Amino acid sequence: MTMIVKKTTQLIAGLIFLYGIYVIIHGHLTPGGGFAGGVIIAGSFILLILAFGSDFLRLTREEAGSTLYENLAILIVVFLAVSGLLATGKIFFLNWIPKGTPGELVSAGILPLYNIFVGIEVAASVLTIFLALVIFKEELAE
Amino acid sequence: MTAYILCFILFLVGLYGVITRRNLVKIAISLSVMELSTFLLFALIGYADGGVAPIVDPSNPAKVYVDPMPQALVLTAIVIGLATTAMLMATIIRLYRKYGTFDIREIKNLKG
Amino acid sequence: MNPLIPLFVAIPLSGAFIDMILGRFIKGFSRYFTPVIILALASMSIYSAATAGTNPSVYYVGGWEPVKGIPVGICMVMDGFSVLMLCIINIVGFLSAFYSISYIKRFTSDNFYYALFCLMTAGMNGVVLSGDLFNIFVFLEISVISAYALVAFGVEKNELEASFKYQVLGSLASFFILAGIALIYWKTKTLNIADIRETLKPGYDRPFYIFVELLILSGFGIKAAIIPFHAWLPDAHSSAPSPISAMLSGVLIKAAGIYLIIRLFFNLFEINESVAVLITTLGALSMVIGVFLAIGQWDIKRLLAYHSISQMGYVVLSVGMGMILISRGVRHEIAMLAIAGGLYHLVNHAAFKGLLFLNAGAIEYTLGTRDLKEMGGLGKSMPATSATSFIASMSISGIPPFNGFFSKIIIIIAAVMARFYFLAFLAILVSIITLASFLKFQRYAFYNREDAKVEKGIKEVPFPMVFSMVIMSLLCIILSLLAFPGIRDAILTPATDILTDPAKYKDLVIGI
Repeated sequence: MTMIVKKTTQLIAGLIFLYGIYVIIHGHLTPGGGFAGGVIIAGSFILLILAFGSDFLRLTREEAGSTLYENLAILIVVFLAVSGLLATGKIFFLNWIPKGTPGELVSAGILPLYNIFVGIEVAASVLTIFLALVIFKEELAE
Repeated sequence: MTAYILCFILFLVGLYGVITRRNLVKIAISLSVMELSTFLLFALIGYADGGVAPIVDPSNPAKVYVDPMPQALVLTAIVIGLATTAMLMATIIRLYRKYGTFDIREIKNLKG
Repeated sequence: MNPLIPLFVAIPLSGAFIDMILGRFIKGFSRYFTPVIILALASMSIYSAATAGTNPSVYYVGGWEPVKGIPVGICMVMDGFSVLMLCIINIVGFLSAFYSISYIKRFTSDNFYYALFCLMTAGMNGVVLSGDLFNIFVFLEISVISAYALVAFGVEKNELEASFKYQVLGSLASFFILAGIALIYWKTKTLNIADIRETLKPGYDRPFYIFVELLILSGFGIKAAIIPFHAWLPDAHSSAPSPISAMLSGVLIKAAGIYLIIRLFFNLFEINESVAVLITTLGALSMVIGVFLAIGQWDIKRLLAYHSISQMGYVVLSVGMGMILISRGVRHEIAMLAIAGGLYHLVNHAAFKGLLFLNAGAIEYTLGTRDLKEMGGLGKSMPATSATSFIASMSISGIPPFNGFFSKIIIIIAAVMARFYFLAFLAILVSIITLASFLKFQRYAFYNREDAKVEKGIKEVPFPMVFSMVIMSLLCIILSLLAFPGIRDAILTPATDILTDPAKYKDLVIGI
């Protein structure tokens, strides 16, 4: 890629990443949430890979890493869902943490936790899909 | 009503593409068109003329709220659609590697 | 609330990802972990069948109970019919996973295989447990997307082509189903099955209703491979690895197709005669055409796949006859008999078709070919495979001591009592042609070429494969007990009751 693309990407990739985090953390207050924010974060990584390129070996290593993050995040989501079952008797997906005042950042009980881990999961899985397709293409070229 | 009919036409456009196109990638694109027309139909169902977002403020209630349920459902369906499309694309790339072509007329090992 | 219900989904879901994480660091971890968790699920489902069959329970996820008879949250329902399906899914799933321990050694990356296997099980358990249309759609997609990947698991030409065909048709089916759900939501503003039925009743709009029914029927018809929509099934089921073929043919087309057709057309829609006649016709067509397509096949797995279409035709046919009788409002007990016969055949088909695919896998494992013409004389060198496949073949063709006979005879008796003589004749004819086709299979695979030409070095398959096949063949014999009154009342009657009496289902879900 040209110098212009690289410089612009360097400038905005961090901002996009931060914006994704903002969308995830405010998921229970504003439109958006885990899925939208996760896709934005994955977008920042994809932008970096597209602009700077990457060799085959590093791509496969990154894919292994993102798969691991994805699996861990979804395990934690399932664990959060089961925690309702364990904490207060018999109810799955129960919002058992105190809810706080509506409108505050730290409120709505367990929902922000779901949002954060769903965000990690979506970011990792979208990145994995992108990397897998790129790796297919690289294998093809050889 | 026009919007619903347009949705239906979009659905048929996608179906036409799936049936007549010969290129694997074009078939995948036509499937995505059908998918999006279904999502559009679902999102339209929740639309209310002049409605606002359904965050109820008891002191100042609005007259019309849009139905939030179809939006949540469409969001879920979009996630599923992402998975389906990724899976389809991966299969197409693999098929291209094995057969060396995107033409569906050349890919016919299985018959009968 | 019964805390077991959500665990049926949560355990395989987390099992899939534990396989992916720990399987990377510990070699062979997922190979032994997956059968263990599915065995746990199977024992849970047998326990539920013993307790929940007569005493169904509902689970409100997140604790959102219905307010004044209007359901507000997602609910999961465990009634007689769901329990029956849960038993089939998890028992066949366990035996397939156990069989895979030695079968899957010829593929690389077994972590992905077992993770997808667990996801497919989780999806199917979710489908049969949820009492909410959109959740059914989500779980359905989870299970079929895993199935797409598993069909393509061999990544050779045939597998990829079969998977592509399956994906295109499966996606079409999903859009039909989603459009149907959207239209239902438009009219009723609710997604709960019991609630939809209540809301649709006063404003009965016949053309709209029929349109939605046709959309849903064609969507689930594609997933279940009823005859005009069957094009993908022989390719997909014959290209997948054999334990997966057993899962797809034995369980997935039932959980994702037939179960939902039966559940929605009995408990969501009012039964009307025109749709009932259409369903019966489709069932009869797939019964007859499927068996005629099967008879000319020389590839074992394609032959078995076409027989799946034909046997599913029996189920759809008998359930359709029950629907016709109910819509006419005459002779309720014969309708009950027909529906019970259909469900019984559904259970039996899971046992014998799963077993036949496992046999085909064993033959493929030793010989490396699926062509019947290249086999012969295996009866001596592979006694366990030969014996179990003989039991399964006799069972699918309806020979008396085995389970297939009892379910077919119930279907035929119901057809004769309901005065559908032509359908009864067709059922007998198809059964005879099935017998002919399986005698061909037996002769060419196991008994032909007695003289010498058996290659040296052909041994019986390893222990896990033999174990699974023997247990399946024992199931084929034990399941014939279901025909006898005491046992039938305990297992099949709750399922037919909840289907034919929608008011009971409504009371269960919404509360009185």
